[in-house]
Amino acid sequence: MNHTINTTQKTANATPLETGYNFAFLDEQTKRMVRRATLKAVAIPGYQVPFASREMPMPYGWGTGGIQLTASIIGQQDTLKVTDQGADDTTNAVSIRSFFQRTTGVATTEETNKATLIQTRHRIPEQPLTEDHILVYQVPIPEPLRWMEPRETETRKMHAHEEYGVMHVKLYEDIAHHGHIATSFDYPVQIAGRYIMSPSPIPKFDNPKMDNCPALQIFGAGREQRIYAIPPYTNVHSLDFEDHPFSVQTWDEVCGLCGAEDSYLDEIILDNEGNRMFVCSDSNYCQQRLKAGHAGAMTAPQGQPAATRTESNEENNA
Amino acid sequence: MHNLCSATQNVAAMPKKLWQPKVETEEHPLLTVNGVSKYYGDRAGCLHVSFDLYPGEIVGIVGESGSGKSTLLNCISGRLSPTYGSVNYQQENGDLCNVHEAPEHLRRMLMRTEWGYVHQHPRDGLRNNVSAGANIGERLMGVGMRHYGNIRSKATDWLERVEISKNRMDDLPRTFSGGMQQRLQIARNLVSNPRLIFMDEPTGGLDVSVQARLLDLLRELVAEMGLAVVIVTHDLAVARILAHRLMVMRGGHVVESGLTDQVLDDPHHEYTQLLVSSILQV
Ligand SMILES: Nc1ncnc2c1ncn2[C@@H]1O[C@H](COP(=O)(O)OP(=O)(O)OP(=O)(O)O)[C@@H](O)[C@H]1O
Ligand SMILES: [Mg+2]
Ligand SMILES: [Zn+2]
Repeated sequence: MNHTINTTQKTANATPLETGYNFAFLDEQTKRMVRRATLKAVAIPGYQVPFASREMPMPYGWGTGGIQLTASIIGQQDTLKVTDQGADDTTNAVSIRSFFQRTTGVATTEETNKATLIQTRHRIPEQPLTEDHILVYQVPIPEPLRWMEPRETETRKMHAHEEYGVMHVKLYEDIAHHGHIATSFDYPVQIAGRYIMSPSPIPKFDNPKMDNCPALQIFGAGREQRIYAIPPYTNVHSLDFEDHPFSVQTWDEVCGLCGAEDSYLDEIILDNEGNRMFVCSDSNYCQQRLKAGHAGAMTAPQGQPAATRTESNEENNA
Repeated sequence: MHNLCSATQNVAAMPKKLWQPKVETEEHPLLTVNGVSKYYGDRAGCLHVSFDLYPGEIVGIVGESGSGKSTLLNCISGRLSPTYGSVNYQQENGDLCNVHEAPEHLRRMLMRTEWGYVHQHPRDGLRNNVSAGANIGERLMGVGMRHYGNIRSKATDWLERVEISKNRMDDLPRTFSGGMQQRLQIARNLVSNPRLIFMDEPTGGLDVSVQARLLDLLRELVAEMGLAVVIVTHDLAVARILAHRLMVMRGGHVVESGLTDQVLDDPHHEYTQLLVSSILQV
């Protein structure tokens, strides 16, 4: 899974390489095992392939599934982006990025379009992905049927026999109790008309980005020891009812910093007086727009209410 | 749905008295049980049981605790593999299905479409973490129904048919009384218009007055839909009310079988005589 490099932004040179470890920490045999599982996952879109998850130098719940995937496919020529809920500067994202800087020395970037390999938790970048990207998701609970059926032996059979009625039972409950499908994260999808898959806790806003995406998308669950994948250009259908079709979140506001109308917005409380603003959850997307000269209510030069903070808000928007 | 009309035809085609020996009709058995034995290690659960079940027929399995009733029911309903013997089911499309040799997906598909299974304890047969409406709708969604409004109106119909007020539709089963839960379990099974229902002591956990009403309801529904039923009970009164035919079990064997009235009014086997006389004394 080596892939061509289109840019290098050497930010890694500041971090010295750790010695005494193999490239990307995992030994070559483990990486081969993970890659074999990944190839199988690519061959059976949406199917959860078991793999022997290894001890990583961070606890489960810190993205060990995604980290093992990244470690197994990363090459010298890759440029890595690590993002957590849309931001590259959260503690989690920083520590995973620094882990790979120390164990591989590869270039890293915060810019989606400069990256070749993107490890993410809870978001898909706003910038459309291309064939030059691989997107690695960190997954806490890979089994979409788990809430209905606790037994692993049984969920396996349900997948094998395509017994997926219970997935609609969940959506039915949503509508019965809320009048609409209230599930807004980890919204279940059916891959290539076959396996039902958990997209990990991304907002359903991101679901349409998975459909027919030119990039390879792979999902790793460390604690549950599962890998699954959506190959490039694969049909991804968000489950729904004929009379309650799937729809994504929308906002009345636009991004207060860059004015974007098409991005997933986070609400930020500005002060104790209840002032708040909405900003892009994908901070790199927001920055790119600002650089390109876009402006929102809080960044517009004149005649606007004074911004209580500046662009550094983005650091807190995760 | 589609099999409702065929079920009604069956009823029409059948002789007036459902419990007449079916050999007189030209129909094929729905279920053919052939020499079924089940061992749990060395212990016999049930032994050498054979019988045919015809469309629309209700067979009762009676006998004391530990006589092998549940074992037999689970073997013929595909939930347990018999040690010896076979069970054949005539599918709605006419194909014959060897229940235990058939691919698992076919067996599982039959279980949630053409068959139903009513457990003694409603909690074993219901999804307890979703509403009554969702419990009824599950089979419909399982066969691809994707219109929320239609699923809901079907669920409303079925709640009415089992005498649960439709304003309880969005409540969880645990907020229902035992009798209501059992009726919900029945509705959840019948919504797919099955042809064959298995029941293990469906009235077992209920008090007498609730039991009586449930039995009436079951009898009505079963007759209306032309369902074939295999019902396990240790209660001869239940058997008398519901079953056309009876099988009396003891120590894993069927010791006597025949038309319900005949078996109960003129028992031949001494064990059956004992059973019946113990009832009459009470
Ligand atoms: N899982 C099991 N393992 C071992 N033995 C079993 C098992 N299930 C049932 N048996 C034995 O098989 C025999 C028949 O049991 P079964 O449960 O079929 O009786 P039953 O007629 O349904 O009784 P009850 O009226 O109490 O429900 C009994 O001797 C029982 O102990
Ligand atoms: Mg029993
Ligand atoms: Zn923005």
